[in-house]
Amino acid sequence: MSEHHSLKPYVFVLVGLLILTWVTYGAALWDFGHPWSDLVALLIAMTKASLVVVFFMHVKGATPLIKMAAVGGFFWLLIFGAFVLADVLTRPGMLEFL
Amino acid sequence: MSDSSAAAAHPPGLAHHFESYEQQKHSSFLGMWLFLVQEVMFFGGLFVVYVTYRSLYGDAFAAGSRQLDVMIGAVNTTVLLISSFTMVIAVTAAKKGNRKWIVYGLLLTILFGGIFLGVKYFEYGAKWQHHLVPGPYFEWHGEGVGRPVEIFFCLYFAMTGMHALHMVVGIGIMLFMLRPAWRGKWTPQNHNFVEGFGLYWHFVDIVWIFLFPFLYLIGLATH
Amino acid sequence: MSTREYDVAPDPGLPKSHYLNAAHGLKSWLLTTDHKRIGILYLLSITFFFLLGGIYAIAIRLELLTPAGDMVQPDTYNRLFTMHGVLMIFFFLIPSIPAALGNFVIPLMIGAKDVAFPKLNLASWYMYLIGASLTMWALFHGGVDTGWTFYTPFSTTYSNTYVAAVAVGIFVNGFSGIFTGINFMVTIHRMRAPGMTWFRLPLFIWAHYATSLIMVLGTPVLAITIVLVALERLLKFGFFDPALGGDPVLFQHLFWFYSHPAVYIMILPSMGVISEIIAAFARKPVFGYKFVAFASMGIAVIGFIVWGHHLFVSSQSLYAGLIFSILTMLVAVPSAVKVFNWMATLYRGSIEYSTPMFYALGFIGLFTIGGLTGLMLATTGIDVHVHDTYFVVAHFHYIMVGGALMGYLGGLHYWWPKITGRMYPGFWSHLSAGVIFLGFNLTFFPQFILGYLGMPRRYHAYPEEFQVLNILSTAGASILAVGYVIPLVYFIWSLKYGEVAGKNPWGAVGLEWQTASPPPEHNFEEIPEADFEPYEYVEGPPSERPYRYSRSEA
Repeated sequence: MSEHHSLKPYVFVLVGLLILTWVTYGAALWDFGHPWSDLVALLIAMTKASLVVVFFMHVKGATPLIKMAAVGGFFWLLIFGAFVLADVLTRPGMLEFL
Repeated sequence: MSDSSAAAAHPPGLAHHFESYEQQKHSSFLGMWLFLVQEVMFFGGLFVVYVTYRSLYGDAFAAGSRQLDVMIGAVNTTVLLISSFTMVIAVTAAKKGNRKWIVYGLLLTILFGGIFLGVKYFEYGAKWQHHLVPGPYFEWHGEGVGRPVEIFFCLYFAMTGMHALHMVVGIGIMLFMLRPAWRGKWTPQNHNFVEGFGLYWHFVDIVWIFLFPFLYLIGLATH
Repeated sequence: MSTREYDVAPDPGLPKSHYLNAAHGLKSWLLTTDHKRIGILYLLSITFFFLLGGIYAIAIRLELLTPAGDMVQPDTYNRLFTMHGVLMIFFFLIPSIPAALGNFVIPLMIGAKDVAFPKLNLASWYMYLIGASLTMWALFHGGVDTGWTFYTPFSTTYSNTYVAAVAVGIFVNGFSGIFTGINFMVTIHRMRAPGMTWFRLPLFIWAHYATSLIMVLGTPVLAITIVLVALERLLKFGFFDPALGGDPVLFQHLFWFYSHPAVYIMILPSMGVISEIIAAFARKPVFGYKFVAFASMGIAVIGFIVWGHHLFVSSQSLYAGLIFSILTMLVAVPSAVKVFNWMATLYRGSIEYSTPMFYALGFIGLFTIGGLTGLMLATTGIDVHVHDTYFVVAHFHYIMVGGALMGYLGGLHYWWPKITGRMYPGFWSHLSAGVIFLGFNLTFFPQFILGYLGMPRRYHAYPEEFQVLNILSTAGASILAVGYVIPLVYFIWSLKYGEVAGKNPWGAVGLEWQTASPPPEHNFEEIPEADFEPYEYVEGPPSERPYRYSRSEA
């Protein structure tokens, strides 16, 4: 391992995360239309999460196996959600329920 | 490869069934990551419920979200991100074998984690006073978006509650880590526990990164 | 290393020191971190719950002997089938092969001293125990009547039984599975002996890798679902409450996202056992090793995205039903690959009809029937007619009892000499295997017909025209019960009086047969090296086999 154990890069990551927190707040004040506002917020959250995973959790420089584990959980969750929505969003009359 | 000679000279901190520090380290990281995969799916169940109801009852969720204080959410996000950074301080110190800074890093993380939970405590208290806790006590006087608002608060409490529970567990573990850290248990060769715990703490941070916009920021522009 | 030396020294008896006598006393068992002892702890616990679940099954079959509901009240009957399901699925079938046999055999097979996290392994048994205790508590207070599926809103709002206690029990027990899964995956990745490459792994290991994947990815979703049900029940958080606009079908999605793959948690390890047994007693390498290995992974992956076939008539959208129907049919492909490859392995093998082989052959037939009727159920048109009938009950019992349980018993008979160092009596074991096969078919085959004729499941009374078939089924269940008691007796008998088995009573390949029986505390005197291909069986007389596959003197 040839790490320098310097804290400096982590400071940059922290600052980036804090900036993105304000960006997501700013984006929420803007009306992008129904599903798009949520997707923008999701995109920013995923960016922040990636920063944490890649730098704080040292996935950068980790073995391929660890990288797979890091991505795998989220990927599987995506499949889960997609199939549930495949039902919920295609049910006739569900949206007029109330 | 003789087993008996290896067993006779088994180095300190290396469990009997491992052949090398390298093997032990890789095993413990893989195990920790798989545990986090498990955690992703655990919180994932909640997120799937959230996404389903958000897609069905967009207005009610936006109206419910307006009952939460965005500023408090933003402050807590900041506090938690900083605590993740202080955790990095502890892990980096462990890699160097700097026991003093492991302890400082842990103490700072406990402090910020504690602030987060304290803020959460008052936030919950306010919800109770405003009759926004689901159940028989729930009352809704806001816009006429109907009963699903209560589901939003069910999810608010389940998601933030599960998250807070993970933080309480994390802070508990850190309190137990202080003593061995001070006594120099973790060396540059063997600090898997500190690093593994760091992963856990960052994961808890990631959960909040998603909770903040999902719970506090929806419908900010429209409602 | 020469592979043509012959093992001529006869085994004088059990080895002097082994894992069973390495330490003594109750504490040495309750605080053990030895994977072999933890396997035994699991073996004892699951046997207890198997017998307990069996008692409920007997009660159900007795009630169904007559058309009138004359033995128990309808409410009691609801509790009977619920507790039967809960105990058998969560506390017997899911931990059966992985936690008992897998725990014992996996490190031996890959040449490791232990699993990667021995303490976590012990913790998993305690999680199991705590979960089981909570469930037992509810059981003693009258049981639960929701069915093992805990469908809302009945479970959250209307049921007057201890749903929350059982829910918490299953939640805690879930962590036992998650811990086992994490442990196995890390063990298989990181603890393999030198030379043990991925494609030299026994297929039992591949099957357990796939199983572990399901345990780690699926079980947490059940855990959170159960938490939501408990919150709704105890604190009136209406996640799935239709009165608030909540969606009970969403609960079913969450529940089956775990509970359908859970079927593969039960059947995949069983398939792993069958691959071992077929190769060992046909004395041939498994045909298409890589296909069988990847079929395990394929079943695990595809098996995750078929759960919607449990919701065909639960107001799931037609579009989603169509997708899930197609995917369900797709999962038959890797399953069929396995069955065909086992048949091809048997073809022209020098087959020996040992007891494990009896179970393996039984498995192939019964699993095929279970699987093909599963395809019928995957067809939405048929499913609408036969859903919630005895057709479904028969189908999943062919998979879970005819498949998973047969595999478990086969594996237990196969590795019993390794676990205890002693053999069981051949006559009785063959007899009981035959009795179980006959009893099983007599119990469940009539249920296919009953279901097709329209007898619904979960009722304690039925029209008179169904009685003959129900009597057949109950008679079969009685035979089945006898069949299960016989092994219990001769296994216990063999502990003291069984012949000494020696290292390798079957003349099988694999690292687990190269260490003593019972194995020493740290599994191997010397870390073994895997310098052979998987299932390197050679045909011909025993004297010409490489030394390590020769049978031990018994």
